[in-house]
Amino acid sequence: MKHLTEYRDSALSRALVRRIRDRVTRLRVLMEICGGQTHTLIRQGIDEVLAGSVEMIHGPGCPVCVTPLEQIDRALHLAADPRVILASFGDMLRVPGTGGDLLQSRARGGDVRVVYSPLDALALARRTPDREVVFFAVGFETTAPANAMAVWRARELGVPNFSLLVSQVTVPPALRLILEAPGNRVEAILAAGHVCAVMGWEEYEPLAEEFRVPMVVTGFEPLDLLEGIFMAVEALEGGRWGVENQYVRSVRREGTPVARDLMERVFQRVDRAWRGIGTIPGSGLGLRPELAAFDAEVKFGLAGIVASEPAECRAGEVLRGRLKPPQCPAFGSSCTPDHPLGAPMVSSEGACAAYFNAGRRKGEDGAAGAVGEAGGEHGLQTGASDLKGPGTRPGRKERAP
Amino acid sequence: MTSKSLDFALGCPMPLPERDRIQLGHGSGGRMSANLLKERFLPAFPGEVLRQLGDGASLILGTREIVVSTDSFVVTPLEFPGGDIGDLAVNGTVNDVAMMGAVPRYLCAGFILEEGLPFEVLDRVVASMSAAAAAAGVVLVAGDTKVVERGKADGMFINTTGIGELQEGFRPAPHLARPGDAVLVSGPLGCHGMAVMGARDGLDFRLEIESDTAPLLSLVAALREAVGEGVHVLRDPTRGGLASALNEIAQASGVGVVLEDGVIPIPGAVAAACEVLGLDPLYVANEGVLVAIVDGEMASGALEAMRRDPLGREAVRVGTVTADHPGLVVLRTGVGGTRIVDLLPGDQLPRIC
Repeated sequence: MKHLTEYRDSALSRALVRRIRDRVTRLRVLMEICGGQTHTLIRQGIDEVLAGSVEMIHGPGCPVCVTPLEQIDRALHLAADPRVILASFGDMLRVPGTGGDLLQSRARGGDVRVVYSPLDALALARRTPDREVVFFAVGFETTAPANAMAVWRARELGVPNFSLLVSQVTVPPALRLILEAPGNRVEAILAAGHVCAVMGWEEYEPLAEEFRVPMVVTGFEPLDLLEGIFMAVEALEGGRWGVENQYVRSVRREGTPVARDLMERVFQRVDRAWRGIGTIPGSGLGLRPELAAFDAEVKFGLAGIVASEPAECRAGEVLRGRLKPPQCPAFGSSCTPDHPLGAPMVSSEGACAAYFNAGRRKGEDGAAGAVGEAGGEHGLQTGASDLKGPGTRPGRKERAP
Repeated sequence: MTSKSLDFALGCPMPLPERDRIQLGHGSGGRMSANLLKERFLPAFPGEVLRQLGDGASLILGTREIVVSTDSFVVTPLEFPGGDIGDLAVNGTVNDVAMMGAVPRYLCAGFILEEGLPFEVLDRVVASMSAAAAAAGVVLVAGDTKVVERGKADGMFINTTGIGELQEGFRPAPHLARPGDAVLVSGPLGCHGMAVMGARDGLDFRLEIESDTAPLLSLVAALREAVGEGVHVLRDPTRGGLASALNEIAQASGVGVVLEDGVIPIPGAVAAACEVLGLDPLYVANEGVLVAIVDGEMASGALEAMRRDPLGREAVRVGTVTADHPGLVVLRTGVGGTRIVDLLPGDQLPRIC
């Protein structure tokens, strides 16, 4: 913990905030990719202290948020199967599918267990040979090596009752989608330090070049984020683009070759649907055909379970930074943290939940009693006051290359 | 905007969230618990006393005013580092009575035992209950035992009811927090919850954390003697932790609370375990800590009194009551920003990233 406290130093943080505010010549729009970074920004109130200088758009890097409805429905289907123990990371349990969430499924008798690692799920499978253990493998390149390892070990040990329901996604194809979208406001990217610790940043170089965007590989502690933001602002103000690395203590250009090799042996690139965004070609990882015995979709014949996203939930536009949460008609009315329609309202760090809470704070009677109604109303006001007119939104083209 | 929302509301393709049965979150102490109470229990039981929603109730019987409080204990595993379900069942109820400002005198206990529970476990639990009752100066005066089939209870469940005597001129209550009051905590947070979590299956590492279960009577007495009516609210932040306790107080009193990050006492081992597991220590249960909301001008006197007690050595002021943002608890962060410390909907879920 001593090591961690050093990256949370208040005096240094405040000094960096001042440097960022001094350095910008106008409002700069940055996107942080990873949900872990969003978590720190919100928890520390960094977005708040930078308001007016830097606007942080929360990117689509929360694995919970982007897991498509269809995969949640498949998980619910598996949880209802009496042969199956469905093992999952904790925060997937509240994500709503078409027929409820996994917590409700558990209340109806489904055997749903929270694990901290896919290897724990594998151990569970070995302890309970008469049950099928399915691990809900969600996440970005960060969780992929451990999930690959679980499958690899299962094959080595010959564990026939273990499989993965895979919903792995990768960052670069989503970044391309954001950067090439018409009306994109994002001027610079904070790349996710842990993803890059695995994958390195070679994949980001052509993107930074093509779109002339600074990308800073950034860590997760307050000082990391503030330093990453400062580096991005420096590049923007200096008219530079390309990839820089803030997270030098963990990330090398080539990433971690042993982890990449293992991923390569277990997974292949597939098209993958992202919640609210739709299918992004080549953005997902799926198990290789020779490992089909460990693929729950094959094993339990789940391909027939399809779902379309609720039209009312515009999480996709929020995740792409095109819509502020309060501009969504469902925000605060039919979609609240207690009854989320879409994933960004589930986690308290999700973009929608973050705005919901900010609105409550500014409201007069935000909390007492009817949280949902009051929150919605004030949330809308917040959104309106946060919105900058088109004139103050610099597009990429306006900036000197 | 209005007509658009209407269209969407009419065309909502999502099913209504299921509300036809109990989920674990209903027992979390968060918003689901509050709603359960509001929607299903309060309508069935008229009576003003229940509606105060304190840790217990104060009642007038004849000429005496007494305090009653009840609590059920379903912890798993039954024994954990630093305690077991027995001392928890005594201390938990004793503390609830004490938080009403009363001195606990008597205890009733109901035991639901599962077929197959080893006597050696039962004997250890009963022995630790007995020791805890003696330490708290309460006498067990009535009890009940039931046995259910194997699989119908998790070893054993215990319900305890405490009866206590109110003290002259000392009436802390959740609705009495006032702007300008100081928010004090008596000791390090998160030990009980993390000790129990560490004792459960599924964790590969050992946590060097012991439950803090203890009777808080001497601390309450010290506060009463030092600042008396200057103590506006007392609360033991058990289920749901400091965050949930302060949210309930903020709502009951119609005030806001501002916490200062960095001064909240969280032991290194608790902070590290929470970091690894993706949990927030502010929501982790405590069983030997109290929150005192006291008149701002008497804060240092209250702190001095608490620090003289062995349980209060690390007592510290963690925040202030404000007239701003009524009903909300806001944390000032090291960076200089703020964040809402909200009531969780249900149980705290570990994050992936």
